Formats: sequence, structure tokens, C-alpha cells
Amino acid sequence: MKILIVDDFSTMRRIIKNLLRDLGFSNTHEADDGVTALPMLRSGDFDFLVTDWNMPGMTGIDLLRAVRADEKLAALPVLMVTAEAKRDQIIEAAQAGVNGYVVKPFTAQALKEKIEKIFERVG
Amino acid sequence: MTSDVQLHHNQEFLSELKECAKLLSEKLQGDQYEEASQLIHTMLEARDRHIFQSVGRLTRGLHNAIVNFHVDADLSEEPPRVDSSEIRDASNRLNYVIELTQKAAEKTMDMVDEAAPIAMNLGQEASVLRDQWARLKRREMGPDEFRQLYARMDDFLAQMATGTEQLSRNLQDIILEQGFQDLTGQVLKRVIGLISDVEQDLVSLVRIAGQVEEITGLKSLVEDGDEQTDLKEKRKTQAEGPQIDAATRLDVVSSQDEVDDLLSSLGF
Repeated sequence: MKILIVDDFSTMRRIIKNLLRDLGFSNTHEADDGVTALPMLRSGDFDFLVTDWNMPGMTGIDLLRAVRADEKLAALPVLMVTAEAKRDQIIEAAQAGVNGYVVKPFTAQALKEKIEKIFERVG
Repeated sequence: MTSDVQLHHNQEFLSELKECAKLLSEKLQGDQYEEASQLIHTMLEARDRHIFQSVGRLTRGLHNAIVNFHVDADLSEEPPRVDSSEIRDASNRLNYVIELTQKAAEKTMDMVDEAAPIAMNLGQEASVLRDQWARLKRREMGPDEFRQLYARMDDFLAQMATGTEQLSRNLQDIILEQGFQDLTGQVLKRVIGLISDVEQDLVSLVRIAGQVEEITGLKSLVEDGDEQTDLKEKRKTQAEGPQIDAATRLDVVSSQDEVDDLLSSLGF
């Protein structure tokens, strides 16, 4: 499975990459913003997107909306991993079509559960 | 405080107006139209003067704020170019904090990445040796095998010695890396101080401006109701970054469990 990890902090990208590797997913790629991520997704055959919310160029919620609006990407499973914890935001993400929402700080177990849940639904 | 000065001048201006108004009333009643006209002229002049002085005071207040924060700017450029200032300094300090914490995190993870395979290998080898040792204890081992075990055990003990030494070093380095917290803490304290000062000056300026508006009859700058409600709606879903006070807020979740509960209660 080819996964794109999007977060503007390199330390967080590294942490998620390591956790995914421990779960058996080693085909991971990285982007530091929604703006750089979108073209990668469009040309890349990714199977899974993990994204933060707060990013300077294009936020995660806007990236999610762009993905869902794109014919080719609309069905891409998306997991949000973010420090944003307002109820209204969580609801907004769900309504925009996010497949899972993990709040920071998170445990390896939480990440694992959400990923498994997404793929048991989709697969 | 400059706002007290402003208040004082406002009151002076008001009493001047009241006196003129009384006089004006008298002159009008006495059909002294030319003198009444003169009085109206005087009142207008007083008001204009008051406006100019008040605005001047406000401008000076702003200027002082710039001086207080050591803002070194080229105001003739459009937009004005700030070459240096305390706030710019604070920004640099905050960037330093980001840099420092990132380096510490990376270094720590490097230490862990280095240590993990060492620990794993030692564990695996120990596990194999334990099985072999168990066979030995059950007298299931021949002399050749025993010689191999003998040598392997020797190697293992040597690996343990160097391996655990490396692990200890890495663990100690990890502890040292946490020293960033001290440095960043100091920087953050300074920035907090600066922000407080800025807020104080801003509040004082807003107060002066309010008093100037009141007394000069300038249009109120309060946004109309509709704009306020729109802003409130927008703020509800606006990103806020990590929550520091989740327990005391009703509009914020405090754990992954709460996120999951919220989503499932809505059918997601």
C-alpha cells in the first residue's frame, strides 16, 4: 500500500512514518503541505492519505475537500492526524468525508486501530 | 497616563461648550444675532481645535508605542518596511524555539533508531541461547554442539558488553537532548513578557481612541450585528492548534475516546 503522509512538521512526519513501518507499511511518501501534496496525489497512485489539519499553504480540511472533489481521488481513504480538537472541527471533517480522525498526542495503538478500521470498511 | 490627560481635556472642552451654549441662549433671547453668530463660530473653532489636539495626542501615543518596542522602520516605503523591532526579535526567538525543539526531537529519534536494533539483536540471541541452554540442562546436547554453544555464549557475552555500553550511551544522550526545554523555556518567558507589554499598550491606545471618538462625535467603529454573527460562525471551525485547557471548555474534546464517541453519535 502506497501512503502519503502530509504534515508541516518534519518530526511528526518521521514519527508517523516510523509507526506505519512498525505496522508493516513501508511504502510511505511525505509532503509538507496540502499545496505540495495535491499534485503528488493526482499523479501518484496513492492508496491512503494521512494528513494534519494546520498547514500554512493549504490546510488539511481543504486538502480533504479537494481530494473528494477530484474524480480520480474521490474514493481515497483519508485519515486526519491533528492537534485540532474542537467538536465543530471534528464534525466538519466528518461531513467533508474524512475516514478517520486521530487527535494529537496519540498512541501507536490509536493509530493502528483507526487504520484497521478504515481498511476493514473499504476492503 | 495619556488616557487620563485625554479625559481631562474632554471635560474641559465640554465645560467650554456648556458655557458657550448658555451664552448663546442668552444672546438669542436678547436678539443679539451678530454676537450669537460669533459664539457659534467660537464653538466650532473650539471643537476643531479639540479634535486636532485629541488626534495629535493619539498619534503621539502610537508613536510612543513604536518607540517603546524599538521599532526601527522605514515609514516612507509602501508598505512600511520594518528593519528591526522587539517584536521582530521575539519572532526570531520563537523561530529559534521551533528549530531547537526540532533538532532535539530528531537527535532523540536518531538515538532510538540506533539503539533499537542493538536491543533487538541481543534479545533474539539471548532467546536462542536460552533454548540451547535448556537443551543442555536436559542433557540433550552432544559434545560438538556443546562446543558450539560454548563459543556462541562467549560471543554473546562480548556482544552484551559492547551492546549495553552503546545503549547506555544512547540513553544518556537522550537525557541530554531534553536540555532544550530549559533553553526554549527561557526564550518563551521573554516573549510572553513582550506580548503582555504590547497588549497593555494596545489597550491603552484603544481607550484613548474611544475617548477621542466620544467627544469629537466621530462615527462609531463598532461592526454591525450581521458582521459579528458571521465572524462568530467562522471562528467555530477555525483552527486553534493544540488545546491547552481542554478540560475547562465545552466545545473541545480531551481525548481520542471523546473523538470516537462524538463521531459515532453522529453516525460516522
